[in-house]
Amino acid sequence: MRNEPRVTEELVKEHGLTEEEYDKIKLILGRDPNYTELGILSVMWSEHCSYKSSKVFLQDLPTEGEHIIQGPGENAGIVDIGDGLAIVFKMESHNHPSFIEPYQGAATGVGGILRDIFTMGARPVASLNSLRFGAFDHPKTRYLLNGVVAGIAGYGNCMGVPTVGGEVYFNACYNGNILVNVFTLGLIKKEKIFKGVAYGPGNPVIYVGSKTGRDGIHGATMASEEFDEKSSERRPTVQVGDPFTEKLLLEACLEVMDTDHVVGIQDMGAAGLTCSSCEMASRAGTGIEMDLSMVPKREEGMTPYELMLSESQERMLLVVKKGREREVTEIFEKWDLDVSIVGKVTDDGMLRVIDDGVTVVEIPAKILAEESPVYIRPKERPQYLSKTEKFSTDKIPEAGNHGEVLIKLLGSPNIASQEWVYRQYDHMVRTNTVVLPGSDAAVIRVKGTKKGIALTVDCNSRYAYLDPYLGGMIAVAESSRNLVCSGAKPLAITDCLNYGNPEKPDIMWQFDQSTKGLSEACKRFNTPVVGGNVSFYNETRGEGIHPTPTVAMVGLITDIGLHMTQWFKRDGDQVVLLGKNCGELGGTEYLAAIHGQEEGPPPRLELDLEISVQDTCLEAIQEGMIMSAHDCSEGGIAVALAECCFSGPKSCHGVAVNISGDNMRGDCLLFGESQSRIIVSLYEDRLDDLRKIAERNNTPLSVIGRVGGDRLVINDLIDCPVTRLEQAWRRGIEERL
Amino acid sequence: MLARIYVTLKKGVLDPQGKAVQHSLESLGYDKVKDVRLGKYMEVKLDYSRAGESEPIVREMCEKLLANPVIEDYRFEITEE
Repeated sequence: MRNEPRVTEELVKEHGLTEEEYDKIKLILGRDPNYTELGILSVMWSEHCSYKSSKVFLQDLPTEGEHIIQGPGENAGIVDIGDGLAIVFKMESHNHPSFIEPYQGAATGVGGILRDIFTMGARPVASLNSLRFGAFDHPKTRYLLNGVVAGIAGYGNCMGVPTVGGEVYFNACYNGNILVNVFTLGLIKKEKIFKGVAYGPGNPVIYVGSKTGRDGIHGATMASEEFDEKSSERRPTVQVGDPFTEKLLLEACLEVMDTDHVVGIQDMGAAGLTCSSCEMASRAGTGIEMDLSMVPKREEGMTPYELMLSESQERMLLVVKKGREREVTEIFEKWDLDVSIVGKVTDDGMLRVIDDGVTVVEIPAKILAEESPVYIRPKERPQYLSKTEKFSTDKIPEAGNHGEVLIKLLGSPNIASQEWVYRQYDHMVRTNTVVLPGSDAAVIRVKGTKKGIALTVDCNSRYAYLDPYLGGMIAVAESSRNLVCSGAKPLAITDCLNYGNPEKPDIMWQFDQSTKGLSEACKRFNTPVVGGNVSFYNETRGEGIHPTPTVAMVGLITDIGLHMTQWFKRDGDQVVLLGKNCGELGGTEYLAAIHGQEEGPPPRLELDLEISVQDTCLEAIQEGMIMSAHDCSEGGIAVALAECCFSGPKSCHGVAVNISGDNMRGDCLLFGESQSRIIVSLYEDRLDDLRKIAERNNTPLSVIGRVGGDRLVINDLIDCPVTRLEQAWRRGIEERL
Repeated sequence: MLARIYVTLKKGVLDPQGKAVQHSLESLGYDKVKDVRLGKYMEVKLDYSRAGESEPIVREMCEKLLANPVIEDYRFEITEE
């Protein structure tokens, strides 16, 4: 072999492999791996690609259901929506790259998730994102926020895929590790689904898209390490996205998939050529042989190591039927893309790579893709919980002027209007967006049918920090509630599980607990998990982020005419609360924003009550009974009512309500974040019909007031002009920038 | 003093803009074009009397704002106007 570094103990360590893992490699191969093989093994066995610490804990998640066509294990999940159509969706994290280079990190995150969707044969029709940054006054936050939002907009807008919604949170725990979780949904005909499989020995393997450069080498191992002061030295690994090439790739792939030439297809994401080839072979039980001289290269003198590990963007690997090479090549050439036959499917189960006539890699594909080490890491309940649990509301001084507190809360970054963010995204392109960003869930039309798809992304990581199990359950419950408020029946979820270092027992405990919470809630809501990813090592200098199990949920609206929005529509309408006020202050935005504390147990969640409230709301929407529906979340019922007043696209409405809670303090009643509450408004003459549904479902219902006037009046606690509240809310983020 | 600042993408970093320009040149018939890389040229007027004084300041400007040191290289020259 030519001038390659010799594999030494030190080099093995630098590649993030443990001694035991290296011994296992030697045992499997029956020899020492060479330098290129070491690189390949280290990246495929990294946490990012192998899920070696999380696999065991994910097994309990429900992944099957009557509408589920494809669960986890492919590039994206697929759910049947009837009429011969299905939706394809997935969410992925791009946390580490976005921290190092926010614009390109976020942009290539969007590019990656789009490829995951169209590699299944689907046309992407909508994207969401969940972004978490450090405290607003932290010196890096503004720079990172600007870069990430511009990167998402830059890539998504060029591709012509609308970004229809999302969430942005700020919390000091993300100062050194931001989270960028991106989601895309595509539409597909059920009989036109493609998978990442390399069937049929002898079939050619074709490379298409951009040329391979020295981009992002070892990106996947980077995502499997903690940051330290030196991480800026890793910077040359950042990839640059090219959305115009991706758009060509999308159209070319969809055109090729419309023929019957294609056997299997997979995008080159983390670990590029390596990961796509060994996964496709492994799924099909075959092998792949590739000749590196055939790979289109951007630079001269690239080594096999670099070519196999490069994470250059906008590339795909296809297996096509033998004899169809010319037809396939012509289509890609028409779209101005590089296309090259780089190898063939074999029957010996090996990933074999040839360079200059010499075999430089020979490893069983299954070993790389499926037989990585699996760890059941120790877990232990974190110390901090014994302190945060001691919280007592009595120790919190009650603020004197509730109106002023409400104004402050509405202007706080986690509650204020996120218009500054989504204004930068094209959310209308393709003209299918029915409910734009700014309501509980986004709604898009399924052209050619009466149907609509509702989508939302959610996680309150403060709850997950204070009680990971409950936090996981609430992430699912709230997503479901958001969809129901838009008139959709929840179908399935995809998740991004973002945590600190799994080698620490307390992080592993958080992961285990919150995954159990997710699992329990998904089972009860009948929303299986069809895909997602796990992002560990979100730590800087030993400081981990709050556990953040982000959930993106998708639901179906059978009649798009009956979708619902959160804002009041008409003066004189009755305002009704489904659910009850329990006044919990633990873990609330009020406690954090006004009193500077992240303490206490988060609000309770009774799944029976939650399901009953959601059932009543959905039934009422489907019967055409109600005019608006909005769930209570961060900031409690006071913030929810204020949002009902002013978040609509047209004029504001006032409202006067009387709410009750057993003798509780004003701040608990107004800003407590009890779960399972939805505020609806309706014509007075439909009130009896709503009561009947609620009674049948055993849902607590109280008529609390009436829409009208230009003030928000709550009991004798708050009486404030709506315009003042609206100003605080609209300007909250922009003023801070 | 006048600082002339050149910002270019680091060697090996993908240049989608350069690629697009190269493509356009090719379609205009310039078939000998092998590669195009685009960068930025900036002029910054400074109120310093000596070039040596302004040099660290210009470097700081480049690091902080004018270039993105993660993916770009920069060089500059400072002259009397």
